[in-house]
Amino acid sequence: MGEAAANESGTIRPMPADRVSYTLDSTLETVNSAEETASRMAAEAGFGDEEIMKISMAVREAAVNAVLHGNAYDPAKKVILAFERTGRDLVITVRDQGRGLDMSKVPDPLAPENLMKTSGRGIFLIRSFMDVVEIHPTQTGTELKMIKHVHG
Amino acid sequence: MTMKSSTRQVDGVTIVDLSGRITLGEGSVILRDTVRDLLSKGNKKIVLNLGEVNYIDSSGIGELVSAFTTTKNQGGELKLLHLTKKVHDLLQITKLYTVFDVKDDEAAAVKAFAG
Repeated sequence: MGEAAANESGTIRPMPADRVSYTLDSTLETVNSAEETASRMAAEAGFGDEEIMKISMAVREAAVNAVLHGNAYDPAKKVILAFERTGRDLVITVRDQGRGLDMSKVPDPLAPENLMKTSGRGIFLIRSFMDVVEIHPTQTGTELKMIKHVHG
Repeated sequence: MTMKSSTRQVDGVTIVDLSGRITLGEGSVILRDTVRDLLSKGNKKIVLNLGEVNYIDSSGIGELVSAFTTTKNQGGELKLLHLTKKVHDLLQITKLYTVFDVKDDEAAAVKAFAG
């Protein structure tokens, strides 16, 4: 997992070894494996069962969004899933290669007019489960960044 | 982690026993097909027994909502039975818990249908 990089003077610096990134196809299988990997990473980071469940569910929802909405199951498009452990946090990013999420189109699933809709709860659930959620849409894809603080 | 679905009749009410995960692409489809099949055969009193469903994602929640609405639109009723803590909590935070008629006793669920 550790890599090295050279700066301009040619000195080799060790890169942080606690970041891992997966490039995945836009399939349902990716959604399942993203969830499983998140569960494993969360366990390794020392989270308890309940938090592992929340983290893996949030990653599942993010992966569904990336595969289904961002990439529309396009086999030419990838999902990049990355986990980074900092001292205090588990930082997870899910990036798709779609056209960029239009944030104004993300509904509030608790609004009365949306309550009985059959979709639109993914981002809401991610925000319920994770401590910090940032969404960065660009024209070449959307990155969803989720952070869970490690306690104790 | 396949989802399994089986149905049985109790006093004119269909109980659908589900086990596994109700998630995108797998359990969600089985749930949808099961309910539609029941409705098409005139079974309009439906109880979804979720006692062995330990995992549901937002697609699965959407499918529960769809099952509820479809049944209602066809003049029927759909109730939920034996929610696990995980499913209960998810329906609470999505404010759907009070939309569904949730029972924790099968006999009470069967009796609770109008007409």
